[in-house]
Amino acid sequence: MTAAVRTVPGRTIVGRVLGRIGLYTGICLLTVFFALPLLWLALTPFSDNPSYRATLSGFSLENFRKLFNNPQTWPSLRNSIYLAGGSAILVIVLAALASYALSRVRVPGRDQLLYALLLLSSIVTGTAAMVPIYLMLYQLNLLDRQFGVVLVLTGGLLPAAVFMLKDFVDSIPRSYEESARVFGAKPGQILRHIVLPLIRPGMATVGVWALVQVWGNFLVPYVLLSNPDKQPAAVVMYTFYDAGGQPNFALISTFALVYSVPVVVLYLFVNRRYGFAFQGGIKG
Amino acid sequence: MTLTSKPADAEPTAVGGPGATDVERAQKRGPGRDPDVVGLGRGRASLFVAPALVLVGVFLVFPALWTLYLGLLDYSLTGASAQSPTFIGAQNYTDALSDPAFTKALYLTLLYVGFSAVIGQNILGFLLAWYFRTAPRAVRTTLNVLVLLAWILPGSVVAFLWQALLDRRDGILNTVLQTTGVAWTNDHPMAVIVIFNIWRGAAFSMLLYAAALNTVPTSHLEVARMAGARPWQQLRDVVLPTVRRHVLTNTLLITLWTFNDFTPFLLTGGGPNHESETLPVYIYSTAILHGDLGYGSAISLLLLLANLVIAVFYIRLLRGGDDGSLKAQQRAERKARRAERAVAT
Amino acid sequence: MRKPRRVTTIVCCVAVGALLSGCVASKKTKSDPTKNVGAKQVSLTINANDVVGGKNAAEANWINNYVIPGFVKAQQAKGVTATVKFNGAGVDDEQFKTKLELGLKTGNSADVFSGDGIWLGELASAGYVKPLDEVVGKSAASWDGWSQISKSVQQNMSYKGKVYGIPNGTDGRVIYFNKKLFAQAGLPADWQPKSWDDILAAGTALKKVAGVNPIQINAGTPMGEATTAQGFLPLLAGTGKPLFDEASSKWQGASANVTSVLDFYKKIYGGGLGDPNLQQDKAGRDESFADFSKGKIGILVEGDYFWRSIICPDKTVCNTTAMASRNADVGYAKIPAEKPGMGINGQDFVSVSGGGGWLLNPASKFPQQAWELMTFMMSADAQTNLAKAEIRISPRADVNATTLAGDPLMSYISKTILPITSYRPSDQNYNTVSVAIQEATAAVVSGKSASSAASTFQSILQKAVGDAHVETG
Repeated sequence: MTAAVRTVPGRTIVGRVLGRIGLYTGICLLTVFFALPLLWLALTPFSDNPSYRATLSGFSLENFRKLFNNPQTWPSLRNSIYLAGGSAILVIVLAALASYALSRVRVPGRDQLLYALLLLSSIVTGTAAMVPIYLMLYQLNLLDRQFGVVLVLTGGLLPAAVFMLKDFVDSIPRSYEESARVFGAKPGQILRHIVLPLIRPGMATVGVWALVQVWGNFLVPYVLLSNPDKQPAAVVMYTFYDAGGQPNFALISTFALVYSVPVVVLYLFVNRRYGFAFQGGIKG
Repeated sequence: MTLTSKPADAEPTAVGGPGATDVERAQKRGPGRDPDVVGLGRGRASLFVAPALVLVGVFLVFPALWTLYLGLLDYSLTGASAQSPTFIGAQNYTDALSDPAFTKALYLTLLYVGFSAVIGQNILGFLLAWYFRTAPRAVRTTLNVLVLLAWILPGSVVAFLWQALLDRRDGILNTVLQTTGVAWTNDHPMAVIVIFNIWRGAAFSMLLYAAALNTVPTSHLEVARMAGARPWQQLRDVVLPTVRRHVLTNTLLITLWTFNDFTPFLLTGGGPNHESETLPVYIYSTAILHGDLGYGSAISLLLLLANLVIAVFYIRLLRGGDDGSLKAQQRAERKARRAERAVAT
Repeated sequence: MRKPRRVTTIVCCVAVGALLSGCVASKKTKSDPTKNVGAKQVSLTINANDVVGGKNAAEANWINNYVIPGFVKAQQAKGVTATVKFNGAGVDDEQFKTKLELGLKTGNSADVFSGDGIWLGELASAGYVKPLDEVVGKSAASWDGWSQISKSVQQNMSYKGKVYGIPNGTDGRVIYFNKKLFAQAGLPADWQPKSWDDILAAGTALKKVAGVNPIQINAGTPMGEATTAQGFLPLLAGTGKPLFDEASSKWQGASANVTSVLDFYKKIYGGGLGDPNLQQDKAGRDESFADFSKGKIGILVEGDYFWRSIICPDKTVCNTTAMASRNADVGYAKIPAEKPGMGINGQDFVSVSGGGGWLLNPASKFPQQAWELMTFMMSADAQTNLAKAEIRISPRADVNATTLAGDPLMSYISKTILPITSYRPSDQNYNTVSVAIQEATAAVVSGKSASSAASTFQSILQKAVGDAHVETG
């Protein structure tokens, strides 16, 4: 280690420049890697001849007109916001409460229990599990209700959310809470003014993650909701095919673009407020 | 650039405020110390956990156990066995384990998980998060949105994207590389799905690590920086020890998810000739397509067990059996101090 | 501390187990055709795999704008207030089926729903659907529409000799060919092959034209059911023996017939007369459609769907694969038997048809009214109205006579193909066997010999349906 440190003064301008060049080449390649597959999505919605090839033969906004005239577009996006927003909020609140308590109060076998729940959550994602879930919601009279879908999705996401969030709570030095207590703060105040601000980046991450999971989920809402007016955008996207299975590229590509905008905007917003600021870290 | 050892002594104060000696105190008191510093008490703590536990119990544990129970039946959603499923014990399991296609699928799944998630997404996600700390805003936002888009687009659309990219005739990749007529998905199916999954899932690791890096005390980094540590030295000595638990969590989660990931099917359909048939694809083609849900459930349990084995391995490897953050923090502090001392001498 | 916990665990396990086993077995209900027969307030639900603004939009609009108002009005005239709801879906068939089965399992399904003919065996043997005479009694047989639906089409909604629903459409497979390419290869514009050898000979002639893929007969797993229905089964019908023998309840294994079909595939894809990559690509079928529309494929076997929804001249319907000069450039011919007279029933030419129908939920609260709704949907007026929105072959002969007259291929299929066609078996194992067929053709395409692919096929079959149900060859 000493040797490594000692090389610092020997770092020349040439070395620094070369390092920069290497870094920027890497970043450029990475950008190309992520952008190249997205080319289809950038071109096809504006093409007057949409197909599964990424070519822009002629510019046209006709596809957007078709999409906005489609009776399913706006209601399905509204349903998506309801399902994804509802689940994400429920996940954040419940996971934050649970992970705080699990981090701070000694419960025997809590890590094992958490991991067991996480493993079980991988089972309920498949088709096989849809039978029990459907029959159960039928008995609970929750079929064809968006609230039922929110509960099922939240249940599936919670173990992973608690798992992630508990790390963030664990990394808050307990001394913060102790000192606040010394100054006479009540538990509620400590949670609100000390713990909550500190785990906010974690909560934001979990929230975005939960939102994305629900936003793209097809199987659960499709199976549990029978009224097509209640279906979210992810399900509607699967209906833009003809009877023989031929995709309607005009609608699919355009809707995919419209469909991803809310999530990206939300992410950028969350990111700016709670995200990669990195100036703070833990503030004293 | 020479430093006295003073900041090293003052350093814990910067991190922990009045509770500076928390760590030392904890050491003295040993593991029996009650971490409930806020004074939540068991009763209130249970109240905090209860809503999540009830929801998970009803909507996750119950259907999951039910699904596992189906694995012991000759259960199908259609056909005669739907009417009267019979108990066949472990037969679904012995069927699966004696099927060479299952063993092959398991092997391919391990390759897929290992290269695309554990190595690919993990490292790329971390590097992105690390780079974004200092990146110019324009670059950061652009790359961020691209990585994120890859993650949030629905599977059906992603399938079209990659079809347009890899198409044999007018595909983007063949155009860019000036290669003609290369059928990427037929010639290199595993490589294609591994690279695809890195592209598809790097966003999650990036998000989690970005948030985790936020918890690294700035003072530690400053000390190291003042000590003249290069970025990768800061990374190794200060950052990695602190985010160790997040690395474990992230790796556990993406391993589990990638194990159950069905999206390779959208690119290659498991083909050609089962060369990219990972376990979820195998389940789909042997069980779901025929409505044989008992068999599908049985394999889900086998998947779960494989994950359990891997998880135990990770935990041994990364945590070394300690109780998490306290020691990690101590380690970080020790390393930071050692770095300073090295410079000071 | 240790002991009580273990006891609790055991108690919990037993309780959960008991609860689960109670829920898994499905309830058996006896249907009562006279239930609510004179009700003045009737509420019914229709479910089909179509949705306004998406998949099968024409049928969805027809249900919303013609069927529902028309039926409500007709009921009003009888003094009955009917409310009819349409729960469309418009997703992948597999997923539609899963949800349908879950609904039928709980009795929660729509009263009238559509289903594919090949699902019937599974649904009936699971007890999810019941024969019409059990659900609605005598009124099932007395419907006047039956006389307009041929026996073979009715067969598609029958299982073990019982009628379960009313067919709502059918189709037929033919050989399409590109007349321009045929002219360049020196082949006639009114080509009609009389044997498989004639097809191979035409392929060899087409191979000489630069940049042309001579023959596309669907094979492999990515094409899914299209491999079985559009490729393998029409060929097998041309060898004279059906895939499934109803009487003995046996599937063909590695028979001479299966082997010769696979060998025909071998001659095409091993002999450079077809493109193996198209059969292996995930989107191979789409690529084959695109290639044909661009004049790069000489011969292609497909159903009438290809003609009306893929290569139609109207760009707003058929998008990039539209062929403006379809009627002039695309020819069609009957699929020949392996050799003249060798086809099923000694036929010279063969075809395979599919199609679905409307079925009734045995747990419906209003069985008679649901049946009335179904017959209203299948009345000549309603079917004619549907055909106006989207041309297709109706099961009713009287409707076809008027609606198909304007389209040469559609009337050709209705008049020439339907009399010689055969339907896929509706046995509950059909799906499994179909996947095994796709695997066998995939093996041949990737270079395996016909006989080894056939024996693998047989062993998969024996494992899946049991030795007793496979006729070994």
